This record gives sequence, structure tokens and C-alpha cells, in this order.
Amino acid sequence: MKVKYFAWVRERVGKAEEVVEPPPNVRTVGELVAWLAGRDEAYAHAFETPKVIRAAIDHTHVKPDAMIAGAREIAFFPPMTGG
Amino acid sequence: MTAPVTIRIQQADFDVAKEIAALTNGRTDIGAVVSFSGICRGSEGGGEIAALTLEHYPEMAEAEIKRHADEAMSRWPLDGLTVIHRFGRIRPGENIVLVVTASKHRQAAFQAAEFLMDYLKTSAPFWKHEESARGTGWVEAREHDDAAAARWTKS
Repeated sequence: MKVKYFAWVRERVGKAEEVVEPPPNVRTVGELVAWLAGRDEAYAHAFETPKVIRAAIDHTHVKPDAMIAGAREIAFFPPMTGG
Repeated sequence: MTAPVTIRIQQADFDVAKEIAALTNGRTDIGAVVSFSGICRGSEGGGEIAALTLEHYPEMAEAEIKRHADEAMSRWPLDGLTVIHRFGRIRPGENIVLVVTASKHRQAAFQAAEFLMDYLKTSAPFWKHEESARGTGWVEAREHDDAAAARWTKS
């Protein structure tokens, strides 16, 4: 699945998007965050405080317990500051 | 007739008067228009700001604003609605966001405009990066913005 990162999550990860293939035991958004955080130091830094990370599946906001099966695009970003 | 809903996400500036006229020209059924402009401030927390750069998630921004525009249209008797959000580098004094609501009476127009702004602040995927004499950094979300958006949730 395609994963996108925005704002300081993007800066810390060091890329705007990538394709990832998490193992089958990674079923929810929260589990995907934990799996990404375990990849290396950059990801660990980006996801060091999971409760501030917001997520969207296919352009819709979701909670950490949302299932990722069937998702085409998952995005991670900090709380929004537009308007 | 279906009320016109316009959503634009653009780098360029917008003309508030032109956007209002676009909603009201040729119509005699509209009795109230409310417009809100969000403008880049030149100072924040006592420090001067040189510019803001707005990053956004294009596909989601469009979808998210559309969802809230549709909700506003269903909650209030609106005769038209325009939302414009800019991205890119914006200097103090320049426009960031515009919400225009048109209705027969003022209450619906005021409330829908406030509802849309409260949700744009907390759920439209835009992030402000600030440049100031102290350096650069991401603007932090404010708790009172979350509280402002939460009061519109139906109980």
C-alpha cells in the first residue's frame, strides 16, 4: 500500500511517500504506526508520540483502531493547522 | 434550483468582492451574505513573522472540505457557499482562507460560515510552517480550535 507523510512527520521520515508491505499481523492503523516506528531511527523519531499522529485512509480521517485491509493510500501527519 | 457550492484550493490570491458577487449576481432570493477571510498575521506570541508556508494534502483537502460543505448545506438553508484555501508561501497581510455563505436570512449564513471555519481549522489537511527572526518551525495546533469545532457536534 502507498503511505504518505506530511509536515514534520514527512521531514522526520525523510520522504513524502513510499510503498510499504507490512506483515499480515499488522492489521490496524495503530499497529502500522508501531511497525513503521520500528524500522529505523528516523521512523522512530517521527512516530515517537503516537497519540499526536493523525491518520487518513483513502482521504478520510481515521482512528488508530481502523483496519488497514483494502486501503490504497494511508497518510500520517501532525494535527492540522490550516484555516 | 440547487445552491452553488464552490471549493478551490489554490496558490494564487483571491478577490473577496468578486467571490461574493459570483454568489449573488442575478439573484433576488438571497438576503444575507457572510464572508470570513483568514489573513496571515505579522506577529505571533510577541515575535515577528516573516512568512508562512502552507503545506497541504491536495486530494484529501478537496474531499474533506467537500464533506463539510455538504454538511453545512444540509444543516442550514443556504443559497450558496464558497470556500477557498490557499497553499504555498504567504506573507503577513495576505489572504489565507475565504468562506462565503449566502442565505435568505443572516442566522444561517453566520452559523454556517462559523461552522465551516471551525472545521477547516481542525480537520482540513493543511499545515503552517512559520518563518521568523527566531528561526523556522511548524505551527502547533491549538486546543481551543478543537473545542470550537467540537461544539458543532450533534449531541
